[in-house]
Amino acid sequence: MRSHKNISENSIACYHCGDTCSNDSIHIEQKYFCCTGCKSVYEILNENDLCTYYTLNQAPGNDQKKEIRKDKFAFLDNDEIKLKLLQFSCAKKSQLTFYIPQIHCSSCLWLLENLHTLDSGIIESRVNFNVKEVFISFENEQTTLRKVVELLSKLGYEPHLSLNEISQKQLNKIDRTRWYKIGIAGFCFGNIMMMSFADYFAISNTVEPAIKYFFSIMSVALSLPVLFYSANEFFISAWNGLKNKYLNIDFPVALALIITFSRSLYEIYNQVGTGYLDSMTGIVFFMLIGRWLQSRTYQSISFDRDYKSFFPIALNVIKEGYVKPTDLMEVKKNDIIQIFSNEIIPVDTILSKGVAKIDYSFVSGESEAVSIQPGEMIYAGGKQIGGLLELIVVKEVSQSYLTNLWNNPIFDKKQTSQQSIYDIIGKYFTYAVIAIGGIAALYWYWMGSTILMWNAFTTVLIVACPCALLLSQNYTNGNIIRILAKNKLYLKSAEVLNKITQINHIVFDKTGTITQANTSRTKYVGKVLDAELKLMIASLVKQSAHPASHLIFDYLNCNSTVEVQHFKEVEGKGIEAWINEHHIKIGSPAFVGGIHNIENKGTVVVVYMDGHIIGDFIITNKYRIGVSNLLSSLKKHFKLSLLSGDNDAEVKNVEALLGADSEILFNQSPTQKLEHIKYLQNALHHEVMMIGDGLNDAGALKQSAVGIAVADAKNSFTPSSDAIIDANKLTNLDTFIQFIKQGKYIIFATFSISAIYNIIGLFFAVQGTLSPVIAAILMPCSSISIILLTYGLTEVSAKHYKLNRD
Amino acid sequence: MTVIILLLIVSILIAGGFLIAFLWSVNDGQFDDDISPAQRILFDNKKTNTK
Repeated sequence: MRSHKNISENSIACYHCGDTCSNDSIHIEQKYFCCTGCKSVYEILNENDLCTYYTLNQAPGNDQKKEIRKDKFAFLDNDEIKLKLLQFSCAKKSQLTFYIPQIHCSSCLWLLENLHTLDSGIIESRVNFNVKEVFISFENEQTTLRKVVELLSKLGYEPHLSLNEISQKQLNKIDRTRWYKIGIAGFCFGNIMMMSFADYFAISNTVEPAIKYFFSIMSVALSLPVLFYSANEFFISAWNGLKNKYLNIDFPVALALIITFSRSLYEIYNQVGTGYLDSMTGIVFFMLIGRWLQSRTYQSISFDRDYKSFFPIALNVIKEGYVKPTDLMEVKKNDIIQIFSNEIIPVDTILSKGVAKIDYSFVSGESEAVSIQPGEMIYAGGKQIGGLLELIVVKEVSQSYLTNLWNNPIFDKKQTSQQSIYDIIGKYFTYAVIAIGGIAALYWYWMGSTILMWNAFTTVLIVACPCALLLSQNYTNGNIIRILAKNKLYLKSAEVLNKITQINHIVFDKTGTITQANTSRTKYVGKVLDAELKLMIASLVKQSAHPASHLIFDYLNCNSTVEVQHFKEVEGKGIEAWINEHHIKIGSPAFVGGIHNIENKGTVVVVYMDGHIIGDFIITNKYRIGVSNLLSSLKKHFKLSLLSGDNDAEVKNVEALLGADSEILFNQSPTQKLEHIKYLQNALHHEVMMIGDGLNDAGALKQSAVGIAVADAKNSFTPSSDAIIDANKLTNLDTFIQFIKQGKYIIFATFSISAIYNIIGLFFAVQGTLSPVIAAILMPCSSISIILLTYGLTEVSAKHYKLNRD
Repeated sequence: MTVIILLLIVSILIAGGFLIAFLWSVNDGQFDDDISPAQRILFDNKKTNTK
């Protein structure tokens, strides 16, 4: 039996969510909880006999520290909003799909599929784990949409309801064409191969001509769906390339397919041979599988989020004394809206009532919340930390300050299909192949053998199809993407891999990226602080604007202050003054003086009174653990920069981390960040990788060659980016980059090996003697050996870098 | 030897049947989610059946 209580060094893990409990006051029998929210979920489940939830996985819950406001989902009673969310609705029942980012384990799956025990109105609930969605159908008479959402939220599975998801709902159809294509290609390939066995074993002479002819006709029939359906993407892509006047890697493939097919038809029609249809269909089959592996993106991750997924769907609008939940898009200028604690303000407004303390860290990168007086502007994207607010709308959502960033042309720019390195190789490849084929053809023409001339020319094109290159690229990239995803770096597409290998400059955001947002913790060790001492220290630190002083003041939680005399501040070192006839000095150990032995990491602020040290405030490190190792190893290979929207209070720490030769800029607006990246790209010709987390980085992430968004919690918002990295794995970034670079060498290595096969094939081809048998042996040999090699080499490389591979 | 033609047709028809079964299952969404069915089968069905 596993113990319910995890005690390690006096810390108790919450039975529901596994977080550390600050004390053991909240418990039911031997089960401890970190907060009342977790406890109440346990109670609900316990009452309804659903405790299997806790036996499937240990502490599977989502923490419930954030309380959900009572009427938060009142807007779901609004018929118009309801209509937008529901997929199907009739008098009796309604159906819809929720996106629930908190889904993470089999317990979640089990609980969400057993919702009907908690609300008998729910007919069915079905989880799609891959996309983290729950499909729910319920009876209208017994329950409502609002009740269902409230139930989910109460259990810690608050659905993500946002404008973006609503507008995309129709588009979100799963594309299954690749499965169809692979299935059909595999079927045809297998059957054509079966009919070619007689040729392989050189017993075709013993087979009756009628049967042989029948086999050939069947092969042609089976190859048609492969050529016209399964392989159509190669033709389409090659044609698009031609239209834009460049040869991409699909062009030689398409050319080889057409020539193989027509040559085979010619041979079969004239009964001079059996053609190469087995090789052709096989190649298509293997290449499609490679493409599927490479493009298997992670459906549950959205890479193209903008401000819309960040905003609520509805706001409470006060009209003639009544509160009416209104669709956000219908909120007009001069409307009065209500904003509750911990909610995001989606429009530009003027404060009319309430105590506003706005956290703009997400939109601007400032780490401290701003107090706002009635009559002042509050910009969209800020988060209210204080209580209830009443605000007057100044600008509608589509015109607000925050939305403006998305009006920057960079967001309109369609991702132009950049020529990848493989397309460039493809171009030269095509030229080289045509040249070899042409020379061979000319030679045979000169020798007076037109049959051999055609023979040589076509077989050269068939043999030299760059399938091997495509295979090694697709299979290597596919496996690298899979391994990286296991290590919580999720790439948008394989194209990103190639871009990462070219990076020479990495730009970091500060707040939330190299520091952890809102986590500076203050701790006090030393002599017990009585009320009088507390009051004196609080009064002193209140005089200083240093961030550490703010934090200490917040920690002491004193409302009143006393008079401070002879106040003196040494910038960045400490403060001293006389209070109530006591001389108090607060500051760094060096400033205060005296021998001090502290092993704690973080900023140490020493309190000194009348010749004695009383104790220390320790402000724990806000920087992510391991970030200094990461930066010092990245420094060796890349130029580093830091762009922060915050003030320069941390400049010393940052300089120490990044090194003196790195560029460090503070007080950067979102647009300035974008412009700076542009400057690095255009003026200095750097290939820039940007790592950021907030909406304020969205423009810079988009502008950079590679934008990596850092995701902190399971369900946190990440702006549009090329890749998403789990915050805890950020420190492995240098390993990931090296691994990706290794992948490039693997592709080149396997491609060189396949080139050997090609040269053997060409040896026969230029002589005009490539028989279908040799082609049929070479093709699967080269394909399968490439697939095995790429897989093996990437795994070995992952092992070398100690990456997680299960 | 001509019986081989008959055999071939029969074998392709059978294989075609499997191809159709595969396409059908893809169309049905069986390949959309490769995690939850594997988990679902391990759950104790006691409670779901009581409904």
